[in-house]
Amino acid sequence: MVAHLVRLKLALLRNSLKRSPWQLVGLIIGGLYGLGILALLLAGLAALGAADPEAIGTVVVLAGAAVVLGWLVVPVVLNGLDMTLDPARFTTYSIPMKSLLAGLLLSSFIGIPGAITLLASVGTAASWWSHPLAGVVALLCGALGAVTCITASRAVTAASASLASSRRFKDVSGIVVLLPLLFLGPIINGISSGVSNFSAYLPQLANSISWTPLGAVWAVPAEIAQGHYGPAGLKFLIALATIAALVWVWKACLARALVTPAFAGGARRGAGKMGFFGWFPATPAGAVAARCLTYWFRDPRYSAGLLMAPLLPLVFVFAGSQFGGGTAIGVALGFGAALAAFLVAWSISADISYDNTAFALHVATGISGLADRTGRAMAAGVLALPLGVLYAVVGAIFSKDMSQLPGTLGLVLAVVGSGLGLASVFSARFTSNVPLPGDSPLKTRPGNGFSAALIQLAGFAGLGVLVLPELILLIVALVSGQVLYSWLALVVGMILGAVFLAIGVRQGAKIYDKRAPELLLSVSVDR
Amino acid sequence: MENISAEQHPAAGLPPALSIRGLSKRFGAKLAVDGIDLDVPAGSFYGLVGPNGAGKTTSLSMATGLLRPDAGQVWVHGVDVWQQPLVAKRLMGLLPDGVRLFDRLSGEQLVSYAGLLRGMDKDTVASRVKDLLAALDLGKDAGTLVVDYSAGMTKKIALAAALIHAPRLLVLDEPFESVDPVSAANIRDILADYVKSGGTVIVSSHVMDLVQRMCDHVAVIAAGRVLAAGTVDEVRGNQSLEEKFVALVGGRNETAGLSWLRTS
Repeated sequence: MVAHLVRLKLALLRNSLKRSPWQLVGLIIGGLYGLGILALLLAGLAALGAADPEAIGTVVVLAGAAVVLGWLVVPVVLNGLDMTLDPARFTTYSIPMKSLLAGLLLSSFIGIPGAITLLASVGTAASWWSHPLAGVVALLCGALGAVTCITASRAVTAASASLASSRRFKDVSGIVVLLPLLFLGPIINGISSGVSNFSAYLPQLANSISWTPLGAVWAVPAEIAQGHYGPAGLKFLIALATIAALVWVWKACLARALVTPAFAGGARRGAGKMGFFGWFPATPAGAVAARCLTYWFRDPRYSAGLLMAPLLPLVFVFAGSQFGGGTAIGVALGFGAALAAFLVAWSISADISYDNTAFALHVATGISGLADRTGRAMAAGVLALPLGVLYAVVGAIFSKDMSQLPGTLGLVLAVVGSGLGLASVFSARFTSNVPLPGDSPLKTRPGNGFSAALIQLAGFAGLGVLVLPELILLIVALVSGQVLYSWLALVVGMILGAVFLAIGVRQGAKIYDKRAPELLLSVSVDR
Repeated sequence: MENISAEQHPAAGLPPALSIRGLSKRFGAKLAVDGIDLDVPAGSFYGLVGPNGAGKTTSLSMATGLLRPDAGQVWVHGVDVWQQPLVAKRLMGLLPDGVRLFDRLSGEQLVSYAGLLRGMDKDTVASRVKDLLAALDLGKDAGTLVVDYSAGMTKKIALAAALIHAPRLLVLDEPFESVDPVSAANIRDILADYVKSGGTVIVSSHVMDLVQRMCDHVAVIAAGRVLAAGTVDEVRGNQSLEEKFVALVGGRNETAGLSWLRTS
């Protein structure tokens, strides 16, 4: 049975390669990348072997613990990283639990991340070439470490899957994990400057980690090499207990998942709550706007973007504060305002791709291109404009220089107008592979090749050209300090923003009317 | 083709509700629809049957303006679907199969959305949504998000979205799939009423019994061609529709079957 599962995984891999040559290219590139990393790692480990056992131990424990942590966190972020052998699909076969666990565990090593982790873990033995006994132990502990990684990720996946059969949990968890990632730079920066003597701190950290489930398995060889057989035995026991506990959690969650159907609905709710549909006029364009705005808040793929957009300027501010001064922060916020507004406005360039085949309703009802484009632009505009204005005002307050506010507002208006106009054309012309409805917003899908990146780049460049007048006027205003240019930027921004919006929506509508069935076909391929 | 004509006699008067001539579509190397001719008389309850992959969904998508045909023409009540799509689409209500819905809307919002997209006024939409939800027994779940609906409820809400503008022609692709028997009976009643009042319904289905009981006309499609078409009685002759279908399409195994599966 175990062999069957492993063979099944191989067959799935082979078949996925047959489907498209790009899959093979992806696998080869991924494999080469992995092998490169592996070679570097092994070389590094071998070089490390010249150091004293304590130093080797510190490095191996910290790196190993980081790898285990990675295997724990990544599946949560990427909503089922590798579900080719989704346990739920085995429900109808009466596979003994032990065989299922062993089969899933072994088959996890087939695939680039699993294989590289196993090889690198066992490869830690290379760093113990001057301590043969520790080297032999490292071979065993490396294999155990890799098993820890896999069981950890499997246990977390199974646990979150049984927690997350509710859709709301799935929707929220993807976004929540996103936030710390966004602020990783500032956080690391803060920590590293906070701990003044970082290198002295590391061995201490490694020592504490080596007693935890994360690091115990990696610390055993180091203890052996230093002749501390007592601690070595204890840490080995911790490592074994860790694996046993993880397997137990995995087994318990799996057993529950196998008898619990995937469907779990929310509470039933009666009629009468029309939400945003009450806010907009009861016209086709108004309905599209209401629907899109509902999606901005209810669909995690949109709301993740909506959450990111106001936070990104804060990263700018962080950079600005390094240069010092409230003025710098204010200016950074001003440009951040334009960036945030742009991020929201530009998201609708992939609107139809996000609709996926639900777009069939638009085609079937024969809604005019003008109404479709206007509605989508309206919904994004309702969000982008206040966001941009708010940041511009806050920025002006920070820099204590109200004279630049009109210019910043001009830039925001220009970015929103031109961005929406340009995105209206782009979304009628191009579709791309985006996360499917219900998927994690972070899930990247294969097939978004060079052309998609080129299209995005063309969009950014196009926008850059369209807002150039306002940008130049604002920079002149900032440099010269003359209020006139700032007001000029506002006037030009208002006029050009409105003009580009009107042209973009009209052009987009023309393309939409001609190509709606083709758009539907191109998103249908992708489901 | 059998000696039953798929085309309406020119002297029949009113234009057919749906008229298809020479419709073809090729996906890569596969010819999905191979020159279909078909007339659906106004006021008929028309069944479209065929094995999996016969080209039913592709044909219906092209007939309703969702998929551009490689060749051929389609008229709905005399309006060319691909020349005057907006006029034609106003006449049609469509329940597509294998297509997502805007499922982050509540059921009530989704049906209203379909009405508003068609340019209907607010009050009409509101009153019809209420009627439709009640008729399809979705009143208690009107405010629940469609993503949390069961498969059968999802079918029903999609049907409501197709009915909201009181179309003259209803095109339903697999409308009864995963719908429970009680709801299916309710839906059949609604459709029968609709046909009695002069509407035209086209349903595609795998379930021969259902088509034989429910429809007055039927077309058998396989490998992208119409094998037979006409009234149900014309097509099936003195056989049941299922027997006739199997005889037309072929593919039944004549061997002894799985001898090892017998338990005694």
